Amino acid sequence: MGRLRKLLIPGVDKKLLVRDAVKTMPELTRRRFITAGTSLGALTLLTGCDVVDSSSAEELLKKVSKFNDAVQAWMFNPDALAPTFPESMITKPFPFNAYYGLDEAPEIAGADWKLEVRGLVDNKKSWTLDELYKLPQVKQVTRHICVEGWSAIGSWTGTPLRDFLKLVGADTHAKYVWFQCADKDGYNSPLDMRTALHPQTQMTFKFGDEILPRAYGFPMKIRVPTKLGFKNPKYVLSMEVTNDYKGGYWEDQGYNSFSGS
Amino acid sequence: MTSLAVSDHQAETATPAKVIQPVWVRMVHWINAVAMILMIMSGWQIYNASPLFGFSFSSNITLGGWLGGALLWHFAAMWLLMVNGLIYLALGFATGRFRRKLLPITPAGVISDTRAALTFKLSHDDLSKYNSVQKLLYTGIIVVGVVIVLSGLSMWKPVQLHWLVSLFGGYDIARYVHFTCMALIVAFLVIHVALALLVPKSLRAMIIGR
Repeated sequence: MGRLRKLLIPGVDKKLLVRDAVKTMPELTRRRFITAGTSLGALTLLTGCDVVDSSSAEELLKKVSKFNDAVQAWMFNPDALAPTFPESMITKPFPFNAYYGLDEAPEIAGADWKLEVRGLVDNKKSWTLDELYKLPQVKQVTRHICVEGWSAIGSWTGTPLRDFLKLVGADTHAKYVWFQCADKDGYNSPLDMRTALHPQTQMTFKFGDEILPRAYGFPMKIRVPTKLGFKNPKYVLSMEVTNDYKGGYWEDQGYNSFSGS
Repeated sequence: MTSLAVSDHQAETATPAKVIQPVWVRMVHWINAVAMILMIMSGWQIYNASPLFGFSFSSNITLGGWLGGALLWHFAAMWLLMVNGLIYLALGFATGRFRRKLLPITPAGVISDTRAALTFKLSHDDLSKYNSVQKLLYTGIIVVGVVIVLSGLSMWKPVQLHWLVSLFGGYDIARYVHFTCMALIVAFLVIHVALALLVPKSLRAMIIGR
Protein backbone atom coordinates (compact mmCIF):
# COMPACT_ATOMS: atom_id res chain seq x y z
CA MET A 1 0.00 0.00 0.00
CA GLY A 2 2.85 2.34 0.86
CA ARG A 3 4.29 1.78 -2.57
CA LEU A 4 0.94 2.63 -4.18
CA ARG A 5 0.52 5.78 -2.09
CA LYS A 6 3.90 7.05 -3.27
CA LEU A 7 2.75 6.68 -6.85
CA LEU A 8 -0.27 8.91 -6.32
CA ILE A 9 0.09 12.50 -7.43
CA PRO A 10 -1.63 15.10 -5.23
CA GLY A 11 -4.71 16.54 -6.89
CA VAL A 12 -5.23 13.52 -9.14
CA ASP A 13 -8.54 11.72 -8.63
CA LYS A 14 -7.68 8.18 -7.55
CA LYS A 15 -10.81 6.66 -9.08
CA LEU A 16 -10.23 8.29 -12.46
CA LEU A 17 -6.59 7.20 -12.36
CA VAL A 18 -7.58 3.57 -11.74
CA ARG A 19 -10.22 3.74 -14.48
CA ASP A 20 -7.66 5.02 -16.99
CA ALA A 21 -5.14 2.40 -15.91
CA VAL A 22 -7.71 -0.36 -16.34
CA LYS A 23 -8.44 0.88 -19.87
CA THR A 24 -4.81 0.38 -20.86
CA MET A 25 -4.86 -3.29 -19.82
CA PRO A 26 -5.38 -5.99 -22.43
CA GLU A 27 -8.88 -7.47 -22.49
CA LEU A 28 -8.16 -10.71 -20.58
CA THR A 29 -6.15 -9.06 -17.79
CA ARG A 30 -8.92 -6.52 -17.45
CA ARG A 31 -11.55 -9.17 -16.95
CA ARG A 32 -9.49 -10.97 -14.32
CA PHE A 33 -8.66 -7.75 -12.53
CA ILE A 34 -12.32 -6.86 -12.28
CA THR A 35 -13.23 -10.38 -11.22
CA ALA A 36 -10.72 -10.29 -8.40
CA GLY A 37 -12.05 -6.87 -7.49
CA THR A 38 -15.54 -8.25 -7.08
CA SER A 39 -14.37 -11.07 -4.86
CA LEU A 40 -12.34 -8.71 -2.74
CA GLY A 41 -15.33 -6.45 -2.49
CA ALA A 42 -17.19 -9.33 -0.93
CA LEU A 43 -14.29 -10.05 1.40
CA THR A 44 -14.09 -6.39 2.45
CA LEU A 45 -17.78 -6.40 3.36
CA LEU A 46 -17.22 -9.56 5.29
CA THR A 47 -14.30 -8.58 7.46
CA GLY A 48 -14.63 -4.82 7.53
CA CYS A 49 -10.96 -4.66 6.52
CA ASP A 50 -9.73 -2.22 3.94
CA VAL A 51 -8.50 -4.68 1.34
CA VAL A 52 -7.64 -2.44 -1.60
CA ASP A 53 -4.59 -4.10 -3.06
CA SER A 54 -6.58 -6.70 -4.99
CA SER A 55 -3.67 -7.74 -7.19
CA SER A 56 -1.69 -8.99 -4.18
CA ALA A 57 -4.63 -11.19 -3.12
CA GLU A 58 -4.76 -12.58 -6.65
CA GLU A 59 -1.02 -13.24 -6.54
CA LEU A 60 -1.43 -15.09 -3.25
CA LEU A 61 -4.25 -17.24 -4.66
CA LYS A 62 -2.08 -18.06 -7.70
CA LYS A 63 0.78 -19.10 -5.41
CA VAL A 64 -1.54 -21.40 -3.45
CA SER A 65 -2.74 -22.86 -6.77
CA LYS A 66 0.90 -23.60 -7.72
CA PHE A 67 1.38 -25.20 -4.30
CA ASN A 68 -1.74 -27.27 -5.01
CA ASP A 69 -0.16 -28.40 -8.31
CA ALA A 70 2.80 -29.73 -6.31
CA VAL A 71 0.56 -31.42 -3.72
CA GLN A 72 -1.47 -33.10 -6.46
CA ALA A 73 1.67 -34.27 -8.30
CA TRP A 74 2.82 -35.77 -5.00
CA MET A 75 -0.57 -37.46 -4.46
CA PHE A 76 -0.69 -38.77 -8.04
CA ASN A 77 -0.14 -42.51 -8.09
CA PRO A 78 0.89 -43.59 -11.62
CA ASP A 79 -0.52 -47.07 -10.96
CA ALA A 80 -3.88 -46.00 -9.52
CA LEU A 81 -6.51 -46.66 -12.15
CA ALA A 82 -9.66 -44.60 -12.58
CA PRO A 83 -12.69 -46.74 -11.70
CA THR A 84 -14.28 -48.45 -14.70
CA PHE A 85 -17.98 -49.14 -15.15
CA PRO A 86 -20.21 -51.63 -17.00
CA GLU A 87 -21.48 -50.42 -20.40
CA SER A 88 -25.01 -50.37 -18.98
CA MET A 89 -24.00 -47.37 -16.87
CA ILE A 90 -22.94 -45.19 -19.83
CA THR A 91 -24.67 -41.79 -19.70
CA LYS A 92 -27.09 -41.36 -22.62
CA PRO A 93 -27.02 -38.96 -24.29
CA PHE A 94 -23.46 -38.11 -23.33
CA PRO A 95 -23.32 -34.30 -23.00
CA PHE A 96 -21.58 -32.07 -25.55
CA ASN A 97 -19.62 -29.49 -23.59
CA ALA A 98 -17.35 -26.65 -24.70
CA TYR A 99 -16.91 -22.89 -24.38
CA TYR A 100 -18.86 -22.56 -27.67
CA GLY A 101 -22.01 -24.04 -29.18
CA LEU A 102 -22.11 -27.31 -31.11
CA ASP A 103 -22.62 -25.40 -34.40
CA GLU A 104 -19.25 -23.69 -33.75
CA ALA A 105 -17.39 -26.97 -33.11
CA PRO A 106 -14.48 -27.58 -35.51
CA GLU A 107 -15.39 -29.45 -38.69
CA ILE A 108 -12.32 -31.40 -39.68
CA ALA A 109 -12.01 -33.42 -42.90
CA GLY A 110 -10.45 -36.71 -41.77
CA ALA A 111 -8.75 -37.37 -45.12
CA ASP A 112 -6.81 -34.06 -45.00
CA TRP A 113 -6.02 -34.11 -41.29
CA LYS A 114 -2.58 -35.03 -39.98
CA LEU A 115 -1.36 -35.24 -36.41
CA GLU A 116 1.77 -33.14 -36.06
CA VAL A 117 4.40 -34.47 -33.59
CA ARG A 118 6.97 -31.96 -32.37
CA GLY A 119 9.58 -31.30 -29.71
CA LEU A 120 11.71 -33.86 -27.87
CA VAL A 121 10.93 -36.89 -30.06
CA ASP A 122 13.16 -38.98 -32.35
CA ASN A 123 10.60 -39.25 -35.14
CA LYS A 124 8.84 -36.00 -36.01
CA LYS A 125 6.77 -37.49 -38.85
CA SER A 126 3.13 -36.41 -39.09
CA TRP A 127 0.49 -39.13 -38.85
CA THR A 128 -2.57 -39.60 -41.05
CA LEU A 129 -5.78 -40.92 -39.55
CA ASP A 130 -5.44 -44.21 -41.46
CA GLU A 131 -1.96 -44.74 -39.99
CA LEU A 132 -3.19 -44.01 -36.47
CA TYR A 133 -6.22 -46.34 -36.87
CA LYS A 134 -3.78 -49.23 -37.51
CA LEU A 135 -2.24 -48.92 -34.01
CA PRO A 136 -3.51 -51.34 -31.32
CA GLN A 137 -6.54 -49.95 -29.51
CA VAL A 138 -8.16 -50.54 -26.13
CA LYS A 139 -11.57 -49.55 -24.76
CA GLN A 140 -12.33 -47.89 -21.43
CA VAL A 141 -15.65 -47.04 -19.75
CA THR A 142 -14.78 -44.32 -17.26
CA ARG A 143 -16.28 -41.28 -15.59
CA HIS A 144 -15.69 -37.88 -17.15
CA ILE A 145 -15.73 -35.27 -14.36
CA CYS A 146 -16.24 -31.65 -15.32
CA VAL A 147 -14.65 -28.77 -13.42
CA GLU A 148 -18.23 -27.48 -13.03
CA GLY A 149 -19.09 -30.47 -10.85
CA TRP A 150 -21.27 -32.62 -13.11
CA SER A 151 -20.02 -35.95 -14.38
CA ALA A 152 -20.95 -38.49 -17.06
CA ILE A 153 -19.83 -42.04 -17.84
CA GLY A 154 -18.63 -42.68 -21.39
CA SER A 155 -16.97 -45.34 -23.53
CA TRP A 156 -13.74 -44.37 -25.27
CA THR A 157 -11.57 -46.51 -27.56
CA GLY A 158 -8.09 -45.73 -28.79
CA THR A 159 -4.34 -46.13 -28.41
CA PRO A 160 -2.68 -45.64 -25.03
CA LEU A 161 -0.71 -42.40 -25.32
CA ARG A 162 2.32 -44.00 -23.63
CA ASP A 163 2.52 -46.62 -26.42
CA PHE A 164 2.49 -43.86 -29.03
CA LEU A 165 5.10 -41.82 -27.14
CA LYS A 166 7.38 -44.90 -27.10
CA LEU A 167 6.71 -45.48 -30.79
CA VAL A 168 7.83 -41.97 -31.79
CA GLY A 169 10.83 -42.11 -29.43
CA ALA A 170 9.66 -39.37 -27.10
CA ASP A 171 11.90 -38.21 -24.26
CA THR A 172 9.70 -39.48 -21.42
CA HIS A 173 11.85 -37.59 -18.92
CA ALA A 174 10.57 -34.32 -20.39
CA LYS A 175 8.06 -32.47 -18.24
CA TYR A 176 5.06 -32.04 -20.50
CA VAL A 177 3.17 -33.13 -23.56
CA TRP A 178 1.54 -29.97 -24.89
CA PHE A 179 -1.52 -30.29 -27.12
CA GLN A 180 -2.77 -27.75 -29.63
CA CYS A 181 -6.31 -28.08 -30.95
CA ALA A 182 -8.63 -26.75 -33.65
CA ASP A 183 -11.22 -25.22 -31.29
CA LYS A 184 -12.02 -21.57 -32.01
CA ASP A 185 -9.77 -19.14 -30.10
CA GLY A 186 -7.06 -21.81 -30.09
CA TYR A 187 -7.55 -24.27 -27.24
CA ASN A 188 -4.32 -25.77 -25.95
CA SER A 189 -3.33 -27.57 -22.77
CA PRO A 190 -0.23 -28.99 -21.10
CA LEU A 191 -0.27 -32.54 -19.72
CA ASP A 192 2.38 -33.51 -17.15
CA MET A 193 4.51 -36.45 -18.36
CA ARG A 194 3.59 -38.80 -15.51
CA THR A 195 -0.08 -38.43 -16.40
CA ALA A 196 0.74 -38.77 -20.12
CA LEU A 197 2.35 -42.14 -19.30
CA HIS A 198 -0.60 -43.31 -17.14
CA PRO A 199 -1.98 -46.59 -18.56
CA GLN A 200 -5.49 -45.12 -19.08
CA THR A 201 -4.39 -41.93 -20.86
CA GLN A 202 -5.56 -42.52 -24.39
CA MET A 203 -5.47 -41.12 -27.94
CA THR A 204 -9.16 -41.64 -28.56
CA PHE A 205 -10.63 -42.45 -31.97
CA LYS A 206 -14.00 -43.94 -31.01
CA PHE A 207 -16.83 -43.07 -28.68
CA GLY A 208 -19.29 -45.88 -27.85
CA ASP A 209 -17.68 -48.14 -30.50
CA GLU A 210 -18.42 -45.59 -33.28
CA ILE A 211 -15.89 -43.30 -34.97
CA LEU A 212 -15.55 -40.26 -32.70
CA PRO A 213 -18.34 -37.86 -33.73
CA ARG A 214 -17.73 -34.15 -34.31
CA ALA A 215 -19.40 -33.30 -30.98
CA TYR A 216 -16.83 -35.29 -29.01
CA GLY A 217 -13.68 -34.19 -30.84
CA PHE A 218 -13.29 -35.82 -34.31
CA PRO A 219 -10.79 -36.90 -35.47
CA MET A 220 -8.89 -37.39 -32.21
CA LYS A 221 -9.29 -36.50 -28.55
CA ILE A 222 -7.04 -37.24 -25.62
CA ARG A 223 -8.96 -39.07 -22.94
CA VAL A 224 -7.40 -38.54 -19.50
CA PRO A 225 -9.60 -40.14 -16.83
CA THR A 226 -7.23 -38.93 -14.09
CA LYS A 227 -7.88 -35.28 -14.99
CA LEU A 228 -10.88 -32.95 -15.01
CA GLY A 229 -12.72 -32.72 -18.33
CA PHE A 230 -11.18 -29.42 -19.46
CA LYS A 231 -7.79 -31.16 -19.54
CA ASN A 232 -9.09 -33.72 -22.07
CA PRO A 233 -8.21 -32.04 -25.42
CA LYS A 234 -10.52 -32.57 -28.43
CA TYR A 235 -9.94 -31.86 -32.18
CA VAL A 236 -6.20 -32.37 -31.57
CA LEU A 237 -3.89 -30.93 -34.25
CA SER A 238 -0.47 -31.41 -32.70
CA MET A 239 1.41 -32.70 -29.70
CA GLU A 240 4.74 -31.36 -28.50
CA VAL A 241 7.03 -33.06 -26.00
CA THR A 242 8.64 -30.23 -24.05
CA ASN A 243 10.28 -29.15 -20.81
CA ASP A 244 8.67 -25.71 -21.03
CA TYR A 245 5.40 -24.83 -19.38
CA LYS A 246 3.51 -23.33 -22.31
CA GLY A 247 0.25 -22.60 -20.53
CA GLY A 248 -3.22 -23.55 -21.65
CA TYR A 249 -6.55 -22.03 -22.70
CA TRP A 250 -8.24 -22.57 -19.32
CA GLU A 251 -5.11 -22.78 -17.20
CA ASP A 252 -4.16 -19.21 -18.21
CA GLN A 253 -7.57 -17.97 -17.07
CA GLY A 254 -7.11 -19.38 -13.60
CA TYR A 255 -8.19 -23.02 -13.56
CA ASN A 256 -5.70 -25.05 -11.55
CA SER A 257 -3.10 -26.42 -13.96
CA PHE A 258 -2.72 -29.93 -12.55
CA SER A 259 -6.46 -30.45 -12.01
CA GLY A 260 -5.99 -34.14 -11.31
CA SER A 261 -8.80 -36.40 -10.16
CA MET B 1 -8.22 -0.89 41.41
CA THR B 2 -8.25 2.69 42.65
CA SER B 3 -9.57 2.14 46.16
CA LEU B 4 -7.93 -0.01 48.79
CA ALA B 5 -11.05 -0.19 50.89
CA VAL B 6 -13.14 -2.52 48.88
CA SER B 7 -16.23 -4.28 50.06
CA ASP B 8 -16.49 -8.07 50.02
CA HIS B 9 -18.68 -7.94 46.96
CA GLN B 10 -16.19 -5.80 45.05
CA ALA B 11 -13.31 -8.00 46.12
CA GLU B 12 -15.09 -10.97 44.65
CA THR B 13 -15.50 -9.38 41.24
CA ALA B 14 -11.98 -7.92 41.31
CA THR B 15 -10.32 -11.34 41.48
CA PRO B 16 -9.58 -12.56 37.97
CA ALA B 17 -12.62 -14.43 36.69
CA LYS B 18 -11.89 -17.98 35.62
CA VAL B 19 -11.04 -18.48 31.98
CA ILE B 20 -14.07 -19.91 30.18
CA GLN B 21 -12.51 -20.24 26.75
CA PRO B 22 -8.74 -20.96 26.70
CA VAL B 23 -6.70 -19.02 24.18
CA TRP B 24 -6.22 -21.97 21.80
CA VAL B 25 -9.99 -22.47 21.59
CA ARG B 26 -10.53 -18.80 20.80
CA MET B 27 -7.83 -18.84 18.12
CA VAL B 28 -9.07 -21.94 16.29
CA HIS B 29 -12.65 -20.70 16.67
CA TRP B 30 -12.06 -17.42 14.82
CA ILE B 31 -9.73 -18.91 12.23
CA ASN B 32 -12.41 -21.52 11.60
CA ALA B 33 -15.04 -18.79 11.30
CA VAL B 34 -13.06 -17.03 8.55
CA ALA B 35 -12.20 -20.30 6.77
CA MET B 36 -15.82 -21.52 6.90
CA ILE B 37 -17.23 -18.29 5.50
CA LEU B 38 -14.65 -18.29 2.66
CA MET B 39 -15.41 -21.96 1.93
CA ILE B 40 -19.19 -21.46 1.99
CA MET B 41 -19.23 -18.32 -0.17
CA SER B 42 -16.80 -19.71 -2.76
CA GLY B 43 -18.65 -23.04 -2.59
CA TRP B 44 -21.90 -21.30 -3.54
CA GLN B 45 -20.20 -19.83 -6.62
CA ILE B 46 -18.90 -23.31 -7.57
CA TYR B 47 -22.40 -24.75 -7.02
CA ASN B 48 -23.80 -22.17 -9.47
CA ALA B 49 -21.68 -23.65 -12.30
CA SER B 50 -23.77 -26.82 -12.18
CA PRO B 51 -26.65 -26.52 -9.66
CA LEU B 52 -27.88 -29.70 -7.98
CA PHE B 53 -31.30 -28.17 -7.35
CA GLY B 54 -33.57 -25.70 -9.14
CA PHE B 55 -31.92 -22.59 -7.73
CA SER B 56 -28.66 -20.63 -7.79
CA PHE B 57 -27.03 -18.42 -5.18
CA SER B 58 -27.13 -14.67 -5.79
CA SER B 59 -23.76 -13.29 -6.92
CA ASN B 60 -24.04 -10.76 -4.07
CA ILE B 61 -23.29 -13.49 -1.56
CA THR B 62 -20.75 -15.56 -3.53
CA LEU B 63 -16.98 -15.26 -3.62
CA GLY B 64 -14.64 -15.46 -6.60
CA GLY B 65 -16.59 -13.69 -9.35
CA TRP B 66 -16.65 -16.76 -11.62
CA LEU B 67 -16.04 -20.52 -11.36
CA GLY B 68 -12.26 -20.25 -11.79
CA GLY B 69 -11.93 -17.53 -9.15
CA ALA B 70 -14.18 -19.40 -6.74
CA LEU B 71 -12.12 -22.57 -7.15
CA LEU B 72 -8.93 -20.63 -6.35
CA TRP B 73 -10.53 -19.37 -3.14
CA HIS B 74 -12.04 -22.76 -2.25
CA PHE B 75 -8.79 -24.68 -2.73
CA ALA B 76 -6.81 -22.05 -0.80
CA ALA B 77 -9.22 -21.72 2.14
CA MET B 78 -9.44 -25.52 2.37
CA TRP B 79 -5.89 -25.59 3.78
CA LEU B 80 -6.83 -23.08 6.46
CA LEU B 81 -9.95 -25.09 7.29
CA MET B 82 -8.19 -28.48 7.33
CA VAL B 83 -5.03 -27.53 9.21
CA ASN B 84 -6.98 -25.48 11.74
CA GLY B 85 -9.58 -28.25 12.07
CA LEU B 86 -6.91 -30.90 12.68
CA ILE B 87 -5.29 -28.74 15.38
CA TYR B 88 -8.72 -28.32 17.01
CA LEU B 89 -9.45 -32.05 16.95
CA ALA B 90 -5.99 -32.97 18.23
CA LEU B 91 -6.10 -30.47 21.10
CA GLY B 92 -9.75 -31.25 21.83
CA PHE B 93 -8.89 -34.88 22.44
CA ALA B 94 -5.45 -34.31 23.99
CA THR B 95 -6.59 -31.75 26.56
CA GLY B 96 -9.69 -33.76 27.43
CA ARG B 97 -11.86 -30.78 26.45
CA PHE B 98 -14.18 -32.87 24.27
CA ARG B 99 -14.73 -35.45 27.02
CA ARG B 100 -15.16 -32.82 29.71
CA LYS B 101 -17.36 -30.37 27.82
CA LEU B 102 -19.33 -32.46 25.35
CA LEU B 103 -20.02 -35.69 27.25
CA PRO B 104 -22.30 -37.19 28.38
CA ILE B 105 -25.20 -36.43 26.07
CA THR B 106 -28.42 -38.09 27.23
CA PRO B 107 -31.77 -38.02 25.37
CA ALA B 108 -33.57 -37.03 28.60
CA GLY B 109 -31.17 -34.11 29.14
CA VAL B 110 -31.58 -32.93 25.53
CA ILE B 111 -35.39 -33.05 25.79
CA SER B 112 -35.59 -31.20 29.12
CA ASP B 113 -33.00 -28.57 28.07
CA THR B 114 -34.70 -28.03 24.70
CA ARG B 115 -37.99 -27.45 26.53
CA ALA B 116 -36.27 -25.06 28.92
CA ALA B 117 -34.60 -23.22 26.05
CA LEU B 118 -37.84 -22.77 24.11
CA THR B 119 -39.57 -21.31 27.19
CA PHE B 120 -36.52 -19.10 27.90
CA LYS B 121 -35.92 -20.84 31.23
CA LEU B 122 -32.49 -22.25 30.37
CA SER B 123 -29.80 -20.98 32.73
CA HIS B 124 -26.64 -19.40 31.32
CA ASP B 125 -25.12 -18.57 34.71
CA ASP B 126 -22.14 -20.87 34.30
CA LEU B 127 -20.80 -20.49 30.74
CA SER B 128 -18.06 -23.04 31.41
CA LYS B 129 -20.68 -25.80 31.44
CA TYR B 130 -22.55 -26.60 28.27
CA ASN B 131 -26.22 -27.57 28.51
CA SER B 132 -27.44 -30.68 26.72
CA VAL B 133 -28.63 -28.79 23.63
CA GLN B 134 -25.21 -27.15 23.28
CA LYS B 135 -23.48 -30.51 23.77
CA LEU B 136 -25.60 -32.07 21.04
CA LEU B 137 -25.19 -29.18 18.59
CA TYR B 138 -21.44 -28.77 19.14
CA THR B 139 -20.77 -32.51 18.87
CA GLY B 140 -23.04 -32.70 15.83
CA ILE B 141 -21.33 -29.82 14.04
CA ILE B 142 -17.89 -31.37 14.63
CA VAL B 143 -19.13 -34.56 12.96
CA VAL B 144 -20.64 -32.52 10.09
CA GLY B 145 -17.32 -30.68 9.75
CA VAL B 146 -15.44 -33.95 9.41
CA VAL B 147 -17.96 -35.29 6.85
CA ILE B 148 -17.88 -32.10 4.73
CA VAL B 149 -14.06 -32.29 4.55
CA LEU B 150 -14.10 -36.00 3.66
CA SER B 151 -16.81 -35.59 1.00
CA GLY B 152 -14.92 -32.57 -0.37
CA LEU B 153 -11.67 -34.55 -0.55
CA SER B 154 -13.47 -37.38 -2.35
CA MET B 155 -14.78 -34.94 -4.98
CA TRP B 156 -11.36 -33.30 -5.33
CA LYS B 157 -9.53 -36.63 -5.80
CA PRO B 158 -12.11 -39.17 -7.01
CA VAL B 159 -9.41 -41.36 -8.61
CA GLN B 160 -6.57 -41.15 -6.06
CA LEU B 161 -9.07 -41.46 -3.18
CA HIS B 162 -11.59 -43.72 -4.95
CA TRP B 163 -12.08 -45.75 -1.74
CA LEU B 164 -13.35 -42.59 -0.07
CA VAL B 165 -15.77 -42.00 -2.97
CA SER B 166 -17.02 -45.60 -2.55
CA LEU B 167 -17.54 -44.92 1.15
CA PHE B 168 -20.01 -42.18 0.18
CA GLY B 169 -21.68 -44.43 -2.40
CA GLY B 170 -20.29 -42.77 -5.52
CA TYR B 171 -19.20 -39.41 -6.90
CA ASP B 172 -22.70 -38.01 -7.44
CA ILE B 173 -23.86 -38.93 -3.94
CA ALA B 174 -20.71 -37.32 -2.47
CA ARG B 175 -21.81 -34.03 -4.10
CA TYR B 176 -25.19 -34.20 -2.34
CA VAL B 177 -23.51 -35.13 0.96
CA HIS B 178 -21.16 -32.13 0.58
CA PHE B 179 -24.12 -29.81 -0.13
CA THR B 180 -26.19 -31.20 2.76
CA CYS B 181 -23.32 -30.67 5.19
CA MET B 182 -23.00 -27.08 3.96
CA ALA B 183 -26.73 -26.53 4.57
CA LEU B 184 -26.40 -27.97 8.10
CA ILE B 185 -23.42 -25.72 8.83
CA VAL B 186 -25.30 -22.64 7.58
CA ALA B 187 -28.31 -23.62 9.73
CA PHE B 188 -25.99 -24.09 12.72
CA LEU B 189 -24.35 -20.73 11.98
CA VAL B 190 -27.72 -18.92 12.04
CA ILE B 191 -28.70 -20.45 15.41
CA HIS B 192 -25.18 -20.08 16.81
CA VAL B 193 -24.90 -16.37 15.94
CA ALA B 194 -28.47 -15.63 17.09
CA LEU B 195 -27.84 -17.28 20.46
CA ALA B 196 -24.47 -15.58 20.88
CA LEU B 197 -26.23 -12.24 20.40
CA LEU B 198 -28.97 -13.24 22.87
CA VAL B 199 -26.32 -14.14 25.47
CA PRO B 200 -23.62 -11.51 24.77
CA LYS B 201 -21.37 -12.66 27.62
CA SER B 202 -20.83 -15.93 25.70
CA LEU B 203 -19.57 -13.88 22.76
CA ARG B 204 -17.33 -11.90 25.11
CA ALA B 205 -15.93 -15.17 26.48
CA MET B 206 -15.05 -16.29 22.95
CA ILE B 207 -13.22 -13.01 22.35
CA ILE B 208 -11.41 -12.20 25.63
CA GLY B 209 -11.76 -15.59 27.29
CA ARG B 210 -13.79 -14.48 30.32
